[in-house]
Amino acid sequence: MSDESFSKREYSTTTRVEGPIIAVSGIHNVGYNELVEITDPNGNKRLGQILETAHDLAIVQIFEGTMGLSLQNTRIRFKGHPFELPVTKQMLGRVFDGLGRPIDGLPAPIGEHKMNIYGEPINPTARSYPKKFIQTGISAIDGMNTLIRGQKLPIFSGSGLSHNKLAAQIARQATIRGEDTGFAVVFAAMGIKYDVAQYFIRNFEESGSLENTVLFLNLADNPPVERLVTPRTALTIAEHLAFNENMHVLVIMTDMSNYCESLREISTLRGDIPSRKGYPGYLYSDLASIFERAGIIRGGKGSITQMPILTMPNDDITHPIPDLTGYITEGQIVLDRELAQRGIYPPIAGLPSLSRLMKDGIGEGMTREDHAHVASQLFAAYSRVKDVRALASVIGEEELTPIDHVYLKFGEMFEKKFLTQRDDENRDIETTLDIGWQVLSQLPKEELYRMSEEEIGKYYGK
Amino acid sequence: MAKAIGKVSRVVGPLVEARILATAQMLELVYVGEQRLVGEIVKIDESSANIQVYEDTTGIKPDDPVYGSGMPLSVELGPGLLGTIYDGIQRPLEDIKNKSGAFIARGVESNPLNRTKKWFFKPTVAVGDYINGGAIIGEVQETSLVLHKVLLAPDISGTVTAVVEQGDYTVDSTVATVKTNSGVMEQIKLYHRWPVRINRPHKGKKELTVPLITGQRVIDTLFPIPKGGTVAVPGGFGTGKTMVQQALAKWCDADIIIFIGCGERGNEITDVLDEFPKLIDPRTDKPLMERTVIIANTSNMPVAAREASIYTGITMAEYYRDMGYNVAIMADSTSRWAEALRELSGRLEEMPADEGFPAYLPTRLAGFYERAGYVTNLANTEGSVTVIGSVSPPGGDFSEPVTQHTKRFVRAFWALDRQLANARHYPSISWINSYSEYVEEIAHWWETNVDADWFSLRNDIMDLLQQENKLQQVVKLVGPDVLPDSQRLVLETCTIFKNVFLQQNAFDKIDMYSLAEKQVKMLRIILAFHTGASAAIKKGSTLVKIKKLPVIHEIAKMKFNISNEELDKLDSLLKQVQMAFSELEKHYV
Repeated sequence: MSDESFSKREYSTTTRVEGPIIAVSGIHNVGYNELVEITDPNGNKRLGQILETAHDLAIVQIFEGTMGLSLQNTRIRFKGHPFELPVTKQMLGRVFDGLGRPIDGLPAPIGEHKMNIYGEPINPTARSYPKKFIQTGISAIDGMNTLIRGQKLPIFSGSGLSHNKLAAQIARQATIRGEDTGFAVVFAAMGIKYDVAQYFIRNFEESGSLENTVLFLNLADNPPVERLVTPRTALTIAEHLAFNENMHVLVIMTDMSNYCESLREISTLRGDIPSRKGYPGYLYSDLASIFERAGIIRGGKGSITQMPILTMPNDDITHPIPDLTGYITEGQIVLDRELAQRGIYPPIAGLPSLSRLMKDGIGEGMTREDHAHVASQLFAAYSRVKDVRALASVIGEEELTPIDHVYLKFGEMFEKKFLTQRDDENRDIETTLDIGWQVLSQLPKEELYRMSEEEIGKYYGK
Repeated sequence: MAKAIGKVSRVVGPLVEARILATAQMLELVYVGEQRLVGEIVKIDESSANIQVYEDTTGIKPDDPVYGSGMPLSVELGPGLLGTIYDGIQRPLEDIKNKSGAFIARGVESNPLNRTKKWFFKPTVAVGDYINGGAIIGEVQETSLVLHKVLLAPDISGTVTAVVEQGDYTVDSTVATVKTNSGVMEQIKLYHRWPVRINRPHKGKKELTVPLITGQRVIDTLFPIPKGGTVAVPGGFGTGKTMVQQALAKWCDADIIIFIGCGERGNEITDVLDEFPKLIDPRTDKPLMERTVIIANTSNMPVAAREASIYTGITMAEYYRDMGYNVAIMADSTSRWAEALRELSGRLEEMPADEGFPAYLPTRLAGFYERAGYVTNLANTEGSVTVIGSVSPPGGDFSEPVTQHTKRFVRAFWALDRQLANARHYPSISWINSYSEYVEEIAHWWETNVDADWFSLRNDIMDLLQQENKLQQVVKLVGPDVLPDSQRLVLETCTIFKNVFLQQNAFDKIDMYSLAEKQVKMLRIILAFHTGASAAIKKGSTLVKIKKLPVIHEIAKMKFNISNEELDKLDSLLKQVQMAFSELEKHYV
């Protein structure tokens, strides 16, 4: 059937309106996931999508909400294809709403072709394993939780912590050493405040990278259902830039918690059977369909690196949102409230943070030969610090053994020198590792059991 | 081949409702729409059926045709499985890449087994032989590691009326003809199909007495599993589940490995694909890929195929078992499979039980784990299927339904510990929460083949670890200084044991794999240290002095310095330890 005949399929047979969902009856030949255009009684257009289709009846979810719709004067047109985004390189430097419509006052860019925003899964045999070290200039990340090109590494934060500042710093500073190509940034905002969005825009402006950035903004007062599409439109243009235009793309998505809330809202309305905390049973699959769109394709030149940000409700890392995210992403950077309250920036928690792809991206020829051992030793020693501090809070510092005292001093120095840095401080990896050694040299040589003799000879106390 | 049997009437996500002919069967494989998306009938009503579709249903409309196949979801079993990577419903992913590019398009069809490749087939039956189902009719060298026994399908038996000469044949050429008891002439090919949800028959299960040697010390020595056993590996994210699974896939002494990436990360599968062809089997010097089948249904691939992937994998495992091989199947992760069940059950609007999981979750889990075992197969040889299933409990909380139900059906449990993982202690298998019910059953094997004292050595160290656990609680309250030296020695021995024995570096050439002999010898050295030190302390020496003994440094480095080939060095180290303590004791007589 041609597109022409599809576009004539217009109905005004709405039978039910509830929340962001309407039911349309008397329809014919409507496909699952099809895009729907709704004209409300005032003549304004809205977009929607088929959630369920049967003979005579379709359930449609409307992205802009259903306020003002009536049974009689609402016209529904089925478009005959799923939600598609026209994509082109010209979208760089532009600002769009959550559905991909321009909101910067300029005309809509003319797409080279249209891509289904739900994408298709990358064939695991077509992937190329990410191995290239991205230098973010932040010691806690580069040294201990290295970001790799093509990785998906989320920031687990809490409300009031400096995740935005950190994400902006990473976007500004991220480089691949030995290559002069920078990153194009695709920024997707879901349900964040206007001033937070402005903070990012200003940041991109100041660093002169705005023309290399595509922004999709769904702010706190925009319709929540729109949020379900925002990360997907963002990733669709990211895929175009990465796999058709051979660019390296960094996708920042904030705040994924708001996305999950919207998903819960819709699934409750649809009467889906809830699993943990009212979130639908398919939350994992749904998040995976977003996060798994990161990666590198074998033989291709571009890549997608994802840095989703989510705020953990009540700082609880076992909450379904961070929990399921952690099972999909390749590690996580966890921000710690206690560190933040002691004025430490970036407040990256040492132990729960992890980069799963780190092992293949560091070492000789990539960073430095001692990197793996430095990181491992820092983790081990800092873990001991935590134990000693717990013990000290029970028996008092005076009762600690001499070696425990040394560890306490190490802990302090680690947090002050290694962890702490200014938000405009861009440390290269050598500096990071040297500071690491400086801090580790607080400990006696025998305690450095994860280092080789050679490394101790070369770097200890230097 | 497939004819239209009905029409779509409703579409909700991966679930399609259709009006179908009354001849459609429960669990029949069907194709939906003009794109012919693969699906399975999961519920039949008077005039309609529910179909679970294995691909994205975008664009499927009411009145789209549904085609039947007349058979349940099945896999092709024959030469060519090894070294191949499949999705959850046995579509070869390399082939699909060649057809649809880097992204998996819908409705791509591809034969699971290569139809053009020729195999050198050597028949082992002759005309006139009466053969039963599951009998071996010939051999094909599938890879340089594995001799593939061509099996008669288990549901056919009869007299051979024709058989080809040895020579090169494709999988679907007829190599023999069998006249069954009812007089039907069956054309026998190099492969046959078998429904994934039906256990392949065998002649009976046997006792599990032979351990699966993994080369991982914490597993082989503390929490061993036998060939044919079952084990669950639960752990929150970041605790190293995948690392344990991969270490086992690399090093365990099974003949065949089936690795199922069920709802996990795409990059992890890529890592396996990159690494396995490069890895050399330490026993045979051949690439490990030659004994491995990978099933990859990553988290972003369709959820219904994820549900099927577990069955696809275990059916292949049973097939190689029927040839007389020991097969180990790694399912990473069974929680994702259970979640797929939950998701599909929710779409079917079934009444949920615990946390939204369907009430039949325990039955399905039991059904899966019971397909493990050490059996006498239909061809009268012996083979085994060992199941190693990882579990990803939400929030790392082991009280959730999947972990709890799994515990009822497995006999070994390797609990991964977040604190160990945070301290980068790998493998992060907790020595407090893990268990293996198999220890006594396989002790005999260790005692006859490796070391007669294995069982008592293991008990000694387990006892020390329990003591240490209690002492640690005291230490947490008052610090270690108040303990007497005899108790602090327990802490010291356990620290050495954990750092030297339990921690194992998966990236170190020597440490990544420890022979059974090396494990026992290392254990004996550590216990000799403990015995020597306790005696010395009793005679008046102090722990401070003991810790200054140079031999301790040797113990700490033995796992890295002494390779599997030079185990006599461990014997001399043992003597050194004993000497050091008898020297020390001389000062206190």
